[in-house]
Amino acid sequence: MQHLLLLVGLLGWLAHRPAPAPAKYFTRTGTISFFSATPIEDISARNQQVAAVVDTQTGQVAFTVLMKEFKFPKPLMQDHFNENYVESEKYPKALFSGRLVDFQAGALAAASPQPVQVEGDLTIHGVTQRVRVPGTLQLQNNHLLVNAKFVIAPADYRIEIPLLVRAHIAKTVDVTVALACDPLP
Amino acid sequence: MNLTLPWGPLALGAALLLGAAPAHAQQDLMQQLDHLTGDSLRRELTVATFKGTRVINGQSIETPGAGSLLFLISHRFGTLNSGAYNFFGLDQATIRLGLEYGLTDRLAVGVGRSSLEKTFDGFGKYRLLRQGSGPGALPVSVTLFASAALSSVRFEPQPERTTTSRLTYTYQALLARKFSSALSVQLMPTLVHRNYVDLRRDQNNVWALGLAARQKLTKRLALTGEYYYLLPGATADSFRNSLALGFDIETGGHVFQLHVTNSQGMIEKFFIPQTTGNFLNGDIFFGFNVSRAFQLRGRP
Repeated sequence: MQHLLLLVGLLGWLAHRPAPAPAKYFTRTGTISFFSATPIEDISARNQQVAAVVDTQTGQVAFTVLMKEFKFPKPLMQDHFNENYVESEKYPKALFSGRLVDFQAGALAAASPQPVQVEGDLTIHGVTQRVRVPGTLQLQNNHLLVNAKFVIAPADYRIEIPLLVRAHIAKTVDVTVALACDPLP
Repeated sequence: MNLTLPWGPLALGAALLLGAAPAHAQQDLMQQLDHLTGDSLRRELTVATFKGTRVINGQSIETPGAGSLLFLISHRFGTLNSGAYNFFGLDQATIRLGLEYGLTDRLAVGVGRSSLEKTFDGFGKYRLLRQGSGPGALPVSVTLFASAALSSVRFEPQPERTTTSRLTYTYQALLARKFSSALSVQLMPTLVHRNYVDLRRDQNNVWALGLAARQKLTKRLALTGEYYYLLPGATADSFRNSLALGFDIETGGHVFQLHVTNSQGMIEKFFIPQTTGNFLNGDIFFGFNVSRAFQLRGRP
């Protein structure tokens, strides 16, 4: 009986102990979409298999994006994207590895989205560029919501666009990132 | 005395002393991400084994994809050796107009009309197996193809032929492997069944084995070749094997295919059992295929 009481007491203590805030948040079903607008044609694609880890203690961020998971409304466009533009067989993934700028670990306590800047190396088509991107972070129901919008130029990543379709593809492409990350045990 | 050292804090202290470079932590995070996603264990389907749904004359394993409608114009001029009087073949032309539609990403149907023997054709094509990469993925893609062709030409003199006697069926298993992003090879065991043949010695069933390859020269330009070997029999004795060599040129929504071949017809019933041209003697038909894709509905 005494043992049982002890056990219940112990369990009670364990249950009431404040849970340590998880340090890392992770998703493999994040969304990245891009949009190219020209007077002739609008092109959009969406990838819903984006993997990301955010370490809220150190402020470090890592993304991997499988290029073949970008889905286009037209199958032919998707083939061309993979075959001719980003060369997915040679460069299957886009990577981002960076750090939140001036990030304080306590900043996420607020319920509203916190504006942040993230700086790091973005690798697309085998070419790495240093980028700095604005976004927001928000902790909601134990999920870390990450949102960002930025612009990239295909030419910066040596993605060639042939003369014949140059009028169809914008010089810069709008990229939108939306992730809901789960705490990593 | 048993001395227990607080290893955890010590290690942390050591790491701090050594100046745990952020770059290392960054790499660790990337490694952790790779580990979590298991991307290295991922299975992926191979895409774009061939540029178009035809290698040259014959079918490739590719289908238009769900909701996509392809309009195909195939054109063959006369033979190069027909002389200056015929402008080396450019005075003559045979044509096939075709439409094909992807009901799903695997299943496609198509119709066409060839000027040769005023022939209508209809076909179904199904991507049974798809090559992939990653554990457990298949090394080859397999597409099944079946078609019916109806010749509507008027026969003179009478008697008029029945519809049944005007039909020819083709069955193919297309087996392809994309060896690299540049090289794809395809094998095509084929049966052409003709409901009606003129003579007793002619074969109703003609068996052939096709071999095709695509070698990319640049991202948008590829060299293609296609050869159909007639298995020994009466047809192989009186007709020639079909050979075609060409280029695939890709521009936005179009694929242009330019080629030379010893076959005049652009559907199986013509180029497999009825090729008469001798490639080496200059019985070469210059021709092209142009396809344009239209997206009729979004993908699910």
